[in-house]
Amino acid sequence: MIVIRLALQSLRARWLTALLSVLAIAFSVVLLLGVEKVRTGARQSFADTISGTDLIVGARSGGVQLLLYSVFRIGNATNNMTWQSYKQIAELPDVAWSVPMSLGDSHQGFRVLGTTPEFFTHYSYRGDQQLSFAAGAAFSDVFDAVLGADVAAQLGYEIADSIVIGHGLGSVSFLDHGDKPFKVTGILEKTGTPVDRTVLVGLGAIEAIHVDWQRGAPVPGQNVSAADVRAMDLTPDSITAMLVGLKSRLAIFRVQRAVNEYAAEPLSAILPGAALQELWGLVGVAETALAAVSAMVVVTALIGMVTMILTTLNERRREMAILRSVGASPRTVLGLLATEAGMLTLAGVIAGTGFLYAAIAFLRPWIDRAYGLNLPLSVPTWWELTTLCGIVIAGFLAGLVPAFLAYRRSLADGMTVRV
Amino acid sequence: MRFSWPGSPRFTLDIKRFSVGNGERVLLLGPSGGGKSTLLSLLAGIVSPQKGRIDILGTDIGRVAGGARDRFRAEHFGIIFQMFNLLPYATVIDNVLLPLSFSERRRANVERGGTPADEACRLLERLGLPAGEIGGLRASSLSVGQQQRVAAARALIGRPEIVIADEPTSSLDRQRQKEFLELLFEETGAAGSTLIMVSHDERLAELFNRSVRLDEIAKIERSRA
Repeated sequence: MIVIRLALQSLRARWLTALLSVLAIAFSVVLLLGVEKVRTGARQSFADTISGTDLIVGARSGGVQLLLYSVFRIGNATNNMTWQSYKQIAELPDVAWSVPMSLGDSHQGFRVLGTTPEFFTHYSYRGDQQLSFAAGAAFSDVFDAVLGADVAAQLGYEIADSIVIGHGLGSVSFLDHGDKPFKVTGILEKTGTPVDRTVLVGLGAIEAIHVDWQRGAPVPGQNVSAADVRAMDLTPDSITAMLVGLKSRLAIFRVQRAVNEYAAEPLSAILPGAALQELWGLVGVAETALAAVSAMVVVTALIGMVTMILTTLNERRREMAILRSVGASPRTVLGLLATEAGMLTLAGVIAGTGFLYAAIAFLRPWIDRAYGLNLPLSVPTWWELTTLCGIVIAGFLAGLVPAFLAYRRSLADGMTVRV
Repeated sequence: MRFSWPGSPRFTLDIKRFSVGNGERVLLLGPSGGGKSTLLSLLAGIVSPQKGRIDILGTDIGRVAGGARDRFRAEHFGIIFQMFNLLPYATVIDNVLLPLSFSERRRANVERGGTPADEACRLLERLGLPAGEIGGLRASSLSVGQQQRVAAARALIGRPEIVIADEPTSSLDRQRQKEFLELLFEETGAAGSTLIMVSHDERLAELFNRSVRLDEIAKIERSRA
């Protein structure tokens, strides 16, 4: 008891240095826990991006690649799949629904996705949330477009605005489909998924804007007007990928095998969850590095605290001699300093956790809006609690270094400290 | 009894025989650096002699194990240093009460008469300090003379058998020295404590029952490094 009271009073007398040590520890704790929160938050966001879809089918490639380009709009498809394959897979007896996806064009850096209106009913995220319209409705005409929330917000588009789709994926497009402008018919609610950054058009529209193109460039002399295109058959020859929902999850592996063994062309069917796991395996190294850096910062903060205590040790020799003279054992002196270190660390850990949770509580809506990252304000996890306890114990143990020095000195000095 | 500081064999204190009776007021005289403080550390059991024995109240303190020696010191000794006696960050009252945290017997002695805080205030008042005004202040805010009196109160609380003072008055002027010692005598007398004080100031000798020159009782060897 007396040890704790003395340690507290002693700290209060040195409140500024003590406060700085506590702050250093607090910020290191914020960093350590923050990195973990963002990591789990990012994983959750990724995992939340697609739900309700049992399989993603595309041209044969790695699972991660297929997932990244079809759902996250990262990277490109190496190959397309034919419309015929799409039809055949869609008609498999186990398949409940399927949505074709055609990618490859963009509008001012935002990707354009050609799909069917079923996309709006079957694509779900964060459990079973469905896309909903902030304004307008789904495309019905060939040259209608639906904008993701970010596209509309960043480019300032409103319903009935006219947009021109660029060919290819650059944000500055040298070739565009200026002869066939689109009309905005709908703007989606914010979802926190890549859909926010996507322009959605009908599958036929992708076909329509390329009808007079060959090998990625307009064919000179051939110019089919927008009006003429409407009269044409706009069934595509190929699509980029398809989302598949099954009647029963038990059929997943049966359908997957059927797709992988599809004879007419090489295709891959992936489970979104399994592909995500594969992705985590890839980014795990970076995550570990980040965690190691934040752990290092915690160690640095603890070393800073020990340094602070060590520098005060000389001026506190007298204090130790006084305590010895009134009957404190060298062990009490040891306990006093170790307790001091333990209390500083505890204060730092509590403050740091408080800071972090306050920051999450305040910044949460903003982080979600800016980065599509949903950081849940949840009770500390078991991992967090054990880590925090570990830090306090480490701080206490680190305090044993100066404490042991003081112990040795107080044995050697006795009461005869020359000041 | 023979003692040298561990790690520095240059200084050796050698005492054939020296005794102090219960309730005596003894002044040990010697020049600075003459081994006086070493002798006090030995008496208080902070260090142990390599040879010989030191009997305190019937206990050979040199033979007692470390932890028990600290307890023994807490139970039976009150110690006043030359200066910087107090924990600067603690309040005056907490400083006075400090020994009671380490000694149950002294706490019991105090609690027979009232609460520890009351006894601390009583001692401070007896030593001429306005306890009500300064009790809650930090010790570092007091003057040197006031700090020495607080140290005396701390040494006396719970009536330890032996009070040891290491040049407690050297930082005070002549007039205050006398006042301080008179108060100290009065209170040690009231508590029935033995007082052993060391000083280099021979003029203080007239105030004590007995004064002893350290070089008369002890052989001090200094080998050149």
